[in-house]
Amino acid sequence: MSAPVVEVTDLHVSFPAVEAVRGVSLAVYPGECVAIVGESGSGKSVTARTLLGLTGEEATVTAGRLAIEGVDAASFSERQWRSIRGRRVGYVLQDALVSLDSLRPVGKEIAETLKLHRAVPRHEIPRKVIDLLTEVGVPEPEARARQYPHELSGGLRQRALIASAIACGPKLLIADEPTTALDVTVQAQILRLLAERKRAGQALLLISHDLAVVAKLADRILVMKDGVVVEDGTASQVLGAPEHPYTKALLAAIPEPSTRAPRAGEVVIRADGLVKTFGKRTAVDDVSFELRAGQTLGVVGESGSGKTTTARLVLGLLQPDRGSVEIDGLPWTGLSRERQRELRRHIQVIYQDPLSSFDPRFSVRRILDEALEVGGEPRKTRLKRAVELLEQVGLDDSVLERRPLKLSGGQRQRVAIARALAPRPRVIVCDEPVSALDVSIQAQVLDLLVGLQAELGVAYLFISHHLGVVHHVSDHVLVLKDGQVVESGAANQVLTAPSAAYTQELLAAVPRLDTNVSLARRAS
Amino acid sequence: MRVRAGFTLASVVLALITLAALAPGLLTGSTPDAADALAALQGPSADHWLGTDANGRDLFTRIVYGAAPSLLAGLGATALAVVVGTALGLLAALGGRAVDEIVMRLVEIVLSLPTLLLALLVITVTGPGTVNVIFAIALYTAPSYARLVRAQTMVIRKAGFVEAATSLGLSRGRIITRHVLPNAFEPLVVLATIEVGTALVAAASLSYLGLGPQPPAPEWGAMLSAGRDYFSVAWWIAIFPGVAITLTVLSITVVGRHLQRRIS
Amino acid sequence: MIRRILTRLATSVLVLWGAVTVSFTALHLTPGNVVDVLIGSNIVTPEVRAQIIRDYGLDEPLLTQYATYLGRVLRGDLGQSYQLHESVATAIGAQIGPSLQLAGASLLVAIVVSTTLAILTARRKPWIRGLSSSLELIGVSIPTFWTAILLLTVFSFQLGWFPAVGAEGLAGLVLPVIAVALPITTMLTQMMREGLELTLEQPFVLTARTRGMSDLGVRLRHALRHVLIPTVTLIGWLVGLTVGAMVAVEQIFSRQGIGQLTLAAVGGKDLPVVMGVVLLTAVLYVVVNIVIDLLYLLIDPRLRSAS
Repeated sequence: MSAPVVEVTDLHVSFPAVEAVRGVSLAVYPGECVAIVGESGSGKSVTARTLLGLTGEEATVTAGRLAIEGVDAASFSERQWRSIRGRRVGYVLQDALVSLDSLRPVGKEIAETLKLHRAVPRHEIPRKVIDLLTEVGVPEPEARARQYPHELSGGLRQRALIASAIACGPKLLIADEPTTALDVTVQAQILRLLAERKRAGQALLLISHDLAVVAKLADRILVMKDGVVVEDGTASQVLGAPEHPYTKALLAAIPEPSTRAPRAGEVVIRADGLVKTFGKRTAVDDVSFELRAGQTLGVVGESGSGKTTTARLVLGLLQPDRGSVEIDGLPWTGLSRERQRELRRHIQVIYQDPLSSFDPRFSVRRILDEALEVGGEPRKTRLKRAVELLEQVGLDDSVLERRPLKLSGGQRQRVAIARALAPRPRVIVCDEPVSALDVSIQAQVLDLLVGLQAELGVAYLFISHHLGVVHHVSDHVLVLKDGQVVESGAANQVLTAPSAAYTQELLAAVPRLDTNVSLARRAS
Repeated sequence: MRVRAGFTLASVVLALITLAALAPGLLTGSTPDAADALAALQGPSADHWLGTDANGRDLFTRIVYGAAPSLLAGLGATALAVVVGTALGLLAALGGRAVDEIVMRLVEIVLSLPTLLLALLVITVTGPGTVNVIFAIALYTAPSYARLVRAQTMVIRKAGFVEAATSLGLSRGRIITRHVLPNAFEPLVVLATIEVGTALVAAASLSYLGLGPQPPAPEWGAMLSAGRDYFSVAWWIAIFPGVAITLTVLSITVVGRHLQRRIS
Repeated sequence: MIRRILTRLATSVLVLWGAVTVSFTALHLTPGNVVDVLIGSNIVTPEVRAQIIRDYGLDEPLLTQYATYLGRVLRGDLGQSYQLHESVATAIGAQIGPSLQLAGASLLVAIVVSTTLAILTARRKPWIRGLSSSLELIGVSIPTFWTAILLLTVFSFQLGWFPAVGAEGLAGLVLPVIAVALPITTMLTQMMREGLELTLEQPFVLTARTRGMSDLGVRLRHALRHVLIPTVTLIGWLVGLTVGAMVAVEQIFSRQGIGQLTLAAVGGKDLPVVMGVVLLTAVLYVVVNIVIDLLYLLIDPRLRSAS
């Protein structure tokens, strides 16, 4: 085998407050993809940035060996590092909308790498930019090069970002969560592009929080937790026969399809022919569905599909142009503001970003107190009920006087669930409730939601872009595209044997672990 | 650590200035109008810590007695502006589209005129004097508060927690009083604290231009104005009243920013 | 885009009309007979009195007077100063040159100095930022008129480096420019530094670094442009502040200019001149804001494409 493009042994990176990386060793060979998987704060991104000398002034970096293309980089000066960045090592961040300079055309961004390293003569730069855009699969490259990031679609932007990283032909390409902000079909395209690079001999270091995303691409997987590599092996070893409990926990946290049989409750929400337009755009176009007590209806779709608008229509925060919503057989749309307000306690909501849904001045106690007041709980028993609610969502009274800002992401979402439960609603609308959470926390919150439903019989309208998550919790599924329902039915039916072409495309794009891996996981 | 020290120092200075404003007799045994022609234009000495002016009045005593009118102008103008500005801002934010348009156009017209110039126009009409200065400054600062209150209220009305409160089933009135207003007022209070300093400087500037309290009132700006002809021979007349103004404003700003950081 | 321009034009007309109305209101709110208010402390012949009554239409109903006044301003007639014995337009025209010189030089110095300081101090070692922000704190707290007095006392009276009064030319401009530019510079530095620090946290900055760009290169080529929008907005607001600051500074350095003219007019209750200056500054505001809107479009492509 040829020499490694990058080799690191016993890497330690510490910041004044914390030692972020402790004893990490890794090597990436040409044509190989190594993935570092871990949750936020695991030290995976810091490790990647060390390979570019970009850990910041505050950091102290030590390593047994740190070599890039065989050259010892441990004592590189800033100037030496600059000659490495972009030329020997390329770096791709997540979300090109913010990772590309919004005030410059993408062509200029790509040209910047070429100019900095004088990779090609000045007059050839425009030509080279077009070649690069073509190489990463951007159609009409001449026109695209003149456009600004906000004028391109998410997929094209991300391709342009990759083009700027590979402009000088670096041997190593580091991709730090390269698909995290993307819709699932676009994610699949970008992963295919990265796979092509790998086949062409590019060494690839992939950083991700999602084992399923790296499963297809990675030859080796390193699992990191709190700055330490807890597991290191070939992809099939790590995914198929994990040894460390943390790896097992991560694998277990990947949502599995539910196998429960739908229980037949009475209809609590009936939406009939909902239409909502904003200006010329029809956000929701003739959407109908029923939701029964104790059941979960999953609403899936990519960004712009109308999921969130549907949720807001159901919540009565928007009025539909046509169509209606009934709650418990009673009309809900078109009611007077007063009358609607009286019924609101029956339908509660959990948001993706719980923090912004809390008044920043309020403590957990006041948040719950207000929700209980709305639910008609007498003042005397509210505190007792608040503590009960906290226990129901797996917290205790120690958080009562804290403000949400001081809580962790998972704790915040639990408080949000407690608040939603406080007025004893019939339905909870869950709008992407776990997509901002780490994988293991995500699994805990999903399990909590499922458990609460079994206990309380509450119905969920579950909005998500994540098919695995939806499959895990839903009895029925509604697939939306451009505001229209393309398919609906029992979750198992729609998500395993879809009839609509779009659903099939969506499912094909979902990164998943191999079957044998799933089997191994089930066995463990 | 350094921030804390600055805050403590600023608080002490403010406490002293407040004491000077409330009970000047505790800090100096003399009176501000006690002239001594024989001691005119003397530099700082054991008898006259900060020297004397052209009439032989003790500069330290006059600065101590000057605290009250100077602070009063800053506080008065800010208080008046906050009250008027808040009322206008809330009216614009909550009163519907037409009201909003009218109020905000008015605000923009007033804001389009340079601050000091508007004050000069007001004083041309009303004539000089402390009350008129306060009124003039409040007139041109009120629109900024109106704008802030309106913007804050609008932003907060669209905030996630207001939508959450709506979904919960709270009434509109209760959402406004319980969630919107308290969150809108927090930055207002901080801004107002800092702006007391700005208003104080504006008042002192107008006094310096001879449009505020008239001599022999011991107001800081007016003292500088009265000493104009002697700057070349008696530097202390030019220095110490200005130091008093700057220290006061600096302390107010430091305390205000400290509050700002604590909130965010 | 077109809508934006139309809104701006409509607002401009409104602001100008508002300024005229404010002037007219001021004229009628001033205690005393309008003719007496207009002539101030001067004594004029009965013929001139009759002329004033005709010019302002003072024997007509208030609404007609308002229309007359509006019409005259529209024609560019700002009235007559009975103290200066010349038209307001002539008086302003004679004084505007030195004021523009002072204001322009001060803004230029402020922009250059603050941009340099912000780029050099943003996200640097704590003590650099600490020192810089302490100086800024003092800079915004010192009243401009006292800065001018201090500069005059120290550099003219004590050290004798610069002329004390009324000198023309560059030497006479140095101290006034420092006095006017100081608060503007500190406010601009503060805002730009905070803006730069936020921008330097953005992912695209990291991307640029990963291409091999130097820290200074990133600040100049990428980050600076992102803080231009708030900077331009602030400069627009500071123009008004500058006009105000010049009143005291011109007086202290005994410079010719609009500030001195205004001050003399306020002292002598020469209302036509004060009204003229108010209208002038409203025009200035309108022009500055149109320029700012155009700069926004130049800076941010996203605003260009948003219709």
